[in-house]
Amino acid sequence: MENNKAAANNKRRGFARHQREDMIGKIYTYLCVLMLIVVIVSIVYFVASKGLATFITDGVSPFEFLFGTHWSPDGTNPSFGALPFIAGSFVVSMLAALIAGPLSICAALFMTEIVPGKGKRILQPVIELLSGIPSVVYGFIGLTVLVPFISTVSGGNTLGYGVAAGALVLSVMILPTITSIAADALASLPRGMREASYALGATRWQTIYRVILPTLAPSLWTGIILGIARAFGEALAVQMVIGNAPFLPKSLLTSASTLTSVITLNMTNTSTGSVQNNVLWSMALMLLFMTFVFIIIVRLLQRRNKL
Amino acid sequence: MNAKTADKIATGVIIFFAIVIVAILGGLLGFILVRGLSHISWDFLTSPSQNFKAGGGIGPQLFNSLFLLVLTMIITVPLGLGGGIYMAEYAKENKITGFIRLVVEVLSSFPSIVVGLFGLLLFVNTFKLGYSLLAGAIALAIFNLPLMVRITEQSFRAVPREQKEAGLALGLSKWKIITSILLPVALPSLITGTILAAGRVFGEAAALLFTSGMTTPPLDFTDWNPLNPRSPINPLRSAETLAVHIWKVNSEGRIPDAKDVSAGASAVLVIMVLIFNLIARWFGRFVYRKITASKQVN
Repeated sequence: MENNKAAANNKRRGFARHQREDMIGKIYTYLCVLMLIVVIVSIVYFVASKGLATFITDGVSPFEFLFGTHWSPDGTNPSFGALPFIAGSFVVSMLAALIAGPLSICAALFMTEIVPGKGKRILQPVIELLSGIPSVVYGFIGLTVLVPFISTVSGGNTLGYGVAAGALVLSVMILPTITSIAADALASLPRGMREASYALGATRWQTIYRVILPTLAPSLWTGIILGIARAFGEALAVQMVIGNAPFLPKSLLTSASTLTSVITLNMTNTSTGSVQNNVLWSMALMLLFMTFVFIIIVRLLQRRNKL
Repeated sequence: MNAKTADKIATGVIIFFAIVIVAILGGLLGFILVRGLSHISWDFLTSPSQNFKAGGGIGPQLFNSLFLLVLTMIITVPLGLGGGIYMAEYAKENKITGFIRLVVEVLSSFPSIVVGLFGLLLFVNTFKLGYSLLAGAIALAIFNLPLMVRITEQSFRAVPREQKEAGLALGLSKWKIITSILLPVALPSLITGTILAAGRVFGEAAALLFTSGMTTPPLDFTDWNPLNPRSPINPLRSAETLAVHIWKVNSEGRIPDAKDVSAGASAVLVIMVLIFNLIARWFGRFVYRKITASKQVN
């Protein structure tokens, strides 16, 4: 009788400890996740409330902001046309993807199709190192090597700053992003698909071009979109080489600006609460908005990817 | 065109592009190291920077970068671990989990400058921390959190099912299984991932421009009281990191030897990132061998 009671007691205590441990674990992990949600909600809320103040409090017309080509925030008759920066951001990131996309896909093909095994052992560390180099270092190299080089190539007519320099620097920066996604996609392809194609007598290139690339198109596009997203949000490296002139980019070699470069340069030079400052927050809001757009595109692509 | 010829040309092109990529990396590293190493000396690494004259060093900046990294990891690791454990062990496959996954994905795609701006608005201005190490560390932690969550989730998911089932069969609580069975097995890849994430934090600049600031007060390296304004470990002082310094000397162009200073600082940054990579690989293997008593690394 006594024994039974003690055992029951023990059992109850054991059960309680068991539950207590689980409780601690649950509370801890749930709090961490809650934290993540709080962070993201507050980022969106704070940036949006500042960014919308330009239009609500300061009365700048959203139409002028999005489509106006004239940027002169100071003076008696200021105008806040941010189109040159929006266009600059799009142009450099698209160009960067245009350069980096084919290169990255070739690198991924090299790793998985041309020299499987050994190719991966060579290129994988290269890609990891490229993604590890800090963006200011890319900017510095762009500034000291690429910009003078472009200037010389153009016959000394330009200083070398501009869209071309920005796009080239960005293309190297997004190369690892696209390559690793493309390589993962290639590695996940069922072996049978390749073998079926070879069995039909197709050459390696025919297999790549007719079977592998079409099958993996959604994944490859995912990589390219994520690359563009990264280029779109990159600030310092671009700012160092693009020249920072507030005009619509007319050619590859003329100085231009992006949303990020304008924010970087002017945020500390304008006083908090002024319209000149708020309009920079509107640009940050634009960056946030584009992040969401890129993610939606990626999600749509993934939905198509159910083989 | 003959199919065989096309195949040869395409193979050639792909191999050529692969060589181009290796050459780009070789060129980048070669340039930074050749240009930068000649400028690196003990004096350069320890002496304070100059604002207008040539001959300044990067001592305080180097210290700031390392100290900020430590502060950031102190905030990121516990939060990221919790989030990752939730995703790997607690999350059920439902709408809420899908939403949290989306949150992590969105957070990891936010441009770092936007995270910096958020830090400026909330911590620097609203909470009145001013440009400070603490504000910088929080911003970097936010920037690094999604990566940490993903690393933790992957490390925990990679643990063999049987290990967990054995724990359940012994009647252990779920949390006990997580902390004493899954965590030790997941630890090597957790450590590797964390060190790689630390390397990324080390080179980050855009999120720090508006949070930890672009200046460093004169530091007194004999004063280790964290409450004194001149103490290097005061978390409320402003601090310019190495990466921010490179950006600043190039965009302001006030010191005559800006190119040399940034070449030296870039070399230090890149060498640090290389060291982080090597340590990550080596340490992961070391811990794995220590705690699992296995000779082979898979």
